[in-house]
Amino acid sequence: MVGFWTRFRRNRSAVLGLLILAFVILIAATAQIIFPEDPFRLAGQAMAPPGESGFLLGSDSLGRDVAAGMAHGAKTSLLIGLLATIVAVTVGVLMGALAGYYGGWIDDLLMRTTEMFQTIPSFIFAILLVAIMKPSIESIVIAIAVVSWPAVARLVRGEFLSLKNREFVQACHTLGMSDIRIMLGEILPNCLSPIIVIGSLMVATAILIESGLAFLGLGDPNIMSWGFQIGAGRTLLRSAWWVCTFPGIAILITVLAINLVGEGLNDALNPRLRERT
Amino acid sequence: MSLLEITDLHIALPEGSQRPYAVEAANLHLAPNEILCVVGESGSGKSLTARAVMGLLPKPHVKVAKGAVNFQGEDLAAAPDARMRDIRGSEISMIFQEPMTALNPVMTIGKQIDEVFRFHAAMLGRERRDRALKLLDDVHLPDPTQIMSAYPHELSGGQRQRAMIAMALALDPKVLIADEPTTALDVTTQAQILKLIKEMQKAHDTGVLFITHDFGVVADIADRVAVMQHGRVVEEGPTAKILSSPEHPYTQSLMAAVPSLTPRPARPRSEDKVLEVKNLDKVYRSGGALFGLGKPAREVHAAEDVTLDLRRGETLGIVGESGSGKSTVARCIVRLHDADAGEIILDGADLRPLGRAALRPYRSKIQMVFQDPYASLNPRTRVGKIIALGPIIQGMSQQEAEDKARELLEIVGLDARAFDRFPHEFSGGQRQRIGVARALALEPQVLVADEPVSALDVSIQDQILKLLDEIREAMNLSMIFITHDLRVAAQVCDRLAVMRYGRVVEEGATATVFASPTHEYTKALLDAVPGKSWTPGSDTFAAQ
Repeated sequence: MVGFWTRFRRNRSAVLGLLILAFVILIAATAQIIFPEDPFRLAGQAMAPPGESGFLLGSDSLGRDVAAGMAHGAKTSLLIGLLATIVAVTVGVLMGALAGYYGGWIDDLLMRTTEMFQTIPSFIFAILLVAIMKPSIESIVIAIAVVSWPAVARLVRGEFLSLKNREFVQACHTLGMSDIRIMLGEILPNCLSPIIVIGSLMVATAILIESGLAFLGLGDPNIMSWGFQIGAGRTLLRSAWWVCTFPGIAILITVLAINLVGEGLNDALNPRLRERT
Repeated sequence: MSLLEITDLHIALPEGSQRPYAVEAANLHLAPNEILCVVGESGSGKSLTARAVMGLLPKPHVKVAKGAVNFQGEDLAAAPDARMRDIRGSEISMIFQEPMTALNPVMTIGKQIDEVFRFHAAMLGRERRDRALKLLDDVHLPDPTQIMSAYPHELSGGQRQRAMIAMALALDPKVLIADEPTTALDVTTQAQILKLIKEMQKAHDTGVLFITHDFGVVADIADRVAVMQHGRVVEEGPTAKILSSPEHPYTQSLMAAVPSLTPRPARPRSEDKVLEVKNLDKVYRSGGALFGLGKPAREVHAAEDVTLDLRRGETLGIVGESGSGKSTVARCIVRLHDADAGEIILDGADLRPLGRAALRPYRSKIQMVFQDPYASLNPRTRVGKIIALGPIIQGMSQQEAEDKARELLEIVGLDARAFDRFPHEFSGGQRQRIGVARALALEPQVLVADEPVSALDVSIQDQILKLLDEIREAMNLSMIFITHDLRVAAQVCDRLAVMRYGRVVEEGATATVFASPTHEYTKALLDAVPGKSWTPGSDTFAAQ
């Protein structure tokens, strides 16, 4: 663990990413305290520029506080990103593990299914799913998970394929260990590193997809999110630039931070890259 | 006058390594028309010495810290990169251990040889082609024209190494560096390649710096020998002298560890049959269409009509070259692979048709020791748990299993404190001991060892073989011992089964097989053993 932190720290930008991410998490966690009011509440004068009429980052066309919206939106983004990733990784690991471990027709069946999902452009597929299921937090999480799991499945399948023929796994067979136990207890711990890395990067993608959906008006109408704010301020871009700009920057920085952390995790967890200078 | 003179060579390792220098104060010299063998175990610095001569040290971590590599009055350690590029391939060239990775897989052999000429000499295309054809013919490759247009994967391991030698000798280099060029090859191929290197060296008056770990190879090929240990050259001298009367204690211990080719005295054979394998058949199929429909594209008959029997307390060796099916047989016996036909009778029951659940009670009776000590232990599991896992699965309580694991660690010569450590904290030999302990934890009747020592240095190999012997005695185990090394087989096995192309071609008591082999292939194998004229620990070696 100590070794892991030392290696992670070597990548300066990853540490920066971690700091930014920690800041975003802090804001999301304390949103209720900093902005106790409902972010949808009409707080005052409409279209007030940043710093005026008591709005730190200005207000939108209906007089809603942009800063409050961003703080509450951070919660939405991180929550959806995390939930969708957990679902996608779980499904992906399950599919990939079964396909890689058993091979044969199970592999054929699962991998052709995976490919079917991969042939559909993921964002359009997500829009379709949300439109069918009617926008809500759950449907967005499901849509993002459905378009994201194939990548995990492919990765895990590859890892399982190479690990299942390793001698330590064969040794477990000769001891009479059951398949489930070999998969979960022996092989899976050895491919955790790439799964953690792809998972961390997937959080960033999920946040982007969520913002995109909300921008198109397919977000949960009762929950404030960055994408929704941008969508609402889109028509005012020339008269009130701040409505779109600040949530946009928030998305940019958060996604960047998560990507940096993912890179750092990759460097720290991937032994083949450890010697790289 | 030396061709190549290495004086006081120090190669520095990156900070934080186990030792500051990989090679320390090494002095070596190589005369024209001479083969100097540098022998040592892994980590002795022999390969780095060779790479330093070529200027191929892994930059920027590892570099020459001090000393000189004098090649015809020029210090290569200080030569600029441009000059080194000129020298490499034309004046000093190198052949590597693994010819498959040393050749470019997407270029034909002809093109790769052609490159050597294009980079170093001004020659017309036609002339280059003729020279390349002649070279391939010189290294005794059949049908050079066809080889020219072949890709590396289309050639066998021995042919690839021949092509590498042709490439290395293309421009008549003065020095040839061979870094374990035969380690990845089968014995019979190895014998041919050694002969070829010797022949080419004579024909071209080349000085050869030959890196190896195998004293048998040294006995066959070397004019002079330098022994390296921990980065230092501990002993150097003419082959006959070093092999018959080594002076340095390390050289002596190394040679004592080389197994002798004289089989050990036969022991009486028990009447009690522990394991019988009858008419075992295994075919590997690959390719085919979606969902396994359609005809498989490729079929390999890996084991055909294999019949063996193993008596109580005896060691049966299965020897053969790569692809002979010896590992397949081992894996079918422990049921890692499913054989297509035949019987595997253990304790009166045929294991072959049993399903996973039905097989479980038999698992504990037959256990396996694997080849690669690095791959055979789960890197994320503590040693104690690795050993205790088997008994726990078979129904022993956690506490009992852990006590047993501690006890076994002592038996295989490790400290019981190893219990809480991870596999990566141990050396190769120690890991192999852990692997043996894991196999013993279930108190098997039969131990199947698949090349258990071939990844280890000779001195470690010797210890593991002794350990296996002790354990077999103490626990009255029967053992199936897979090996490609006839020296090891001679020291361990009571009986031998020689396999080729999936079939057992000869079977009998070790001494009988060694003294009077009946099958052609067995004879060829015995003939190809490197250094057969030399018996370790005696001075019967006659200089060639």
